[in-house]
Amino acid sequence: MEQDFSRLDALLPAYEGRQGSLIPLLQAAQNLEGYLSRPVLKHISERMKVPAAEIYGVVTFYSMFRLEPQGKHIVRVCKGTACHVSDADGIKDALIENLKLEGGKVTTEDMQFTLMEVACLGCCSLAPVIMIDDQTFGKLTPEAIPGILDKFRDGGA
Amino acid sequence: MEAVTIKVGLASCGLAAGAEDVYHKLQEHLSAQPGAFKLQRTACIGMCFEEPLVELSGNELGSVILGRVDPDNVLPLVEEYQGGKFPSSNVILAEKHEASRNELLANQMRIVLGNCGVIDPLSIDDYEARGGYQALKKALALTPEEIIAEVKDSGLRGRGGAGFSTGLKWTFAAAAKSNKKYVVCNADEGDPGAFMDRSVLEGDPHKILEGMIIGAFAMGADEGYIYCRAEYPLAIAHLKVAIAAAEERKFLGRNILGTDFNFELHIKEGAGAFVCGEETALMQSIEGKRGMPTIRPPFPAESGLWGKPTNINNVETWANIAWIILNGAKAFRAVGTEKSPGTKVFALAGKIAGSGLIEVPMGIPLRDIIYKVGGGMKTEKPFKAVQMGGPSGGCIPAELLDTVVDYDSITATGAIMGSGGMVVMDSGTCMVDVARYFLNFTQNESCGKCTFCRIGTRRMLEILTRITEGKGVLEDIARLEELAVNIIKGSLCGLGQTAPNPVLTTLRYFKHEYLAHIEETRCPAGVCTALLRFEIDPQKCIGCTACARKCPVQCIFGEVKQPHVIDQDKCVKCGACYKACKFDAISKG
Repeated sequence: MEQDFSRLDALLPAYEGRQGSLIPLLQAAQNLEGYLSRPVLKHISERMKVPAAEIYGVVTFYSMFRLEPQGKHIVRVCKGTACHVSDADGIKDALIENLKLEGGKVTTEDMQFTLMEVACLGCCSLAPVIMIDDQTFGKLTPEAIPGILDKFRDGGA
Repeated sequence: MEAVTIKVGLASCGLAAGAEDVYHKLQEHLSAQPGAFKLQRTACIGMCFEEPLVELSGNELGSVILGRVDPDNVLPLVEEYQGGKFPSSNVILAEKHEASRNELLANQMRIVLGNCGVIDPLSIDDYEARGGYQALKKALALTPEEIIAEVKDSGLRGRGGAGFSTGLKWTFAAAAKSNKKYVVCNADEGDPGAFMDRSVLEGDPHKILEGMIIGAFAMGADEGYIYCRAEYPLAIAHLKVAIAAAEERKFLGRNILGTDFNFELHIKEGAGAFVCGEETALMQSIEGKRGMPTIRPPFPAESGLWGKPTNINNVETWANIAWIILNGAKAFRAVGTEKSPGTKVFALAGKIAGSGLIEVPMGIPLRDIIYKVGGGMKTEKPFKAVQMGGPSGGCIPAELLDTVVDYDSITATGAIMGSGGMVVMDSGTCMVDVARYFLNFTQNESCGKCTFCRIGTRRMLEILTRITEGKGVLEDIARLEELAVNIIKGSLCGLGQTAPNPVLTTLRYFKHEYLAHIEETRCPAGVCTALLRFEIDPQKCIGCTACARKCPVQCIFGEVKQPHVIDQDKCVKCGACYKACKFDAISKG
């Protein structure tokens, strides 16, 4: 089946021919579907006249780019120093348990949540901290996790 | 009667603590009773440990800062103040209130953070009302040489961590001959445990723009970039508003303030790579490539972005420029020490009572930062170390707390000044675990270009992990030291050259903890799970069975109402029993 690139094509003119525009373009393209699929990368390569290998190199270098479909909500566990000494691991375990992410999986079966680690969210005084989409939650305990996740589950906020 | 002004701190920490709800509550009240008070938004007020923060001012009580405000208690507190009384609770700071904790501010001095938490960061009028863009006007009447001389005379050193003379750096970029030059602001604050730059970007974006515009004029650049990490969405939003407002007022763009000086400024969002904080990697990333460091020379001042002369300074460095131009190099030198003039912003975090954002004059002893400005330890547990400089830095122990804060004294301890993260650790922190934590970080973030950094950090991490699991051998210490020396020698950029620092400093000051893990398979701080031993005190156990019901491997035995016992061979050391016990009968050690 021919893939529809019309939304992606609409983005391209703003970036074409401008120096240093590859990363911002990839960021914008990722925002469309939450990840960069292989056909999307190939399409960008053809239109921007940048070798696909070079694009793949960039995409895999930066932690922000994702090559797999993501859950509806992104849960980021802060692993900064202040969070680490305030038991961020306990928070992460509680998230894994509640989201039933066994065996190193990062996205839930129902595609509701994707769990990832982030080096530091910069709210160290509120450690330990997590961020769900663009909302930050601080001074957490493992017991607080189920209630917070419930707010984001379908039917919740 | 003059209406009372209410400012709500709406920076990232405040928002995370629920400040938005407080703001909405006040807005609601205001729409029901227009004119009841003046409501303003501001950014980081600094005392993050008491977020959400609200500042009241406008009557004879003077300014009062309230902490831990929520939608339920905010209106009654405001009413008390409006009625001419000090709020009966939640007062953190107040000029005229004896119960407040004004000593937190007594040892601080605010050059960089002067506007943070005071102005509305989205309002260019607020910034101008506090002297904003006056330095730019003054600078445009000077020659570029005069500006650079002023910055050089001020003795300002790069606040990104390395401490290179800013004036000298500018001299090189100014001397480079080219029809095109760039200035860059490094806002890729990647050190875990650091949030100074975020706070300045969110709280006073115009100050950074003004510094960059002055720098561009002095060095002959007509284009600039602010490279900001994508994890700081609020900072990016505030910068965008600030740039648009500055363009409208002719502080940015073509023919700035009627002169023939042009300067165009862009924001580049990072995409998540710690190494991009290194200047040559940062430029690769702006160019749209993998952010891998390149060999210096050529230095960016000769050949930087797209091969053109480029000057890169950190957020806090740029934020000092306007003050220096306005007040002069001499006034700047009056603060701090001879070799490290001025102030330094620190993000205090970890096991400290007053975590938050502080700015202190250089030369202040670490002890004063922790016990006066930071209000001492958070719990009863005693101070063990303060970590400075993040993954590139080190842990400074209690016996060195009288070390003063300046580039050279901190470097002598084996740590580095770094960008300003300060994480306080107490006796409940395991130093081997801390070293392992940082090595895990640098190992993940190594770009892979240099073999020693790529593989050497991995080997160090493996050894440290082994030690924290009780499988270390004595020779491991010598191996760590050997690897450290070689990684420092064999790495191209700052990431690799400093990656071993957390291990070297903990080995230097806390070797006994390494030895306890290796020789006694014991973690003195009780952190390393594999080395823990949980035991039930038969005197305290009442046989409630709470622990046995929680144990995931059913290894706790005993009759109801009789003391229970843990089968040590089966125990997986998850700690569930320890948490479940309400009688303090289970010991961990």
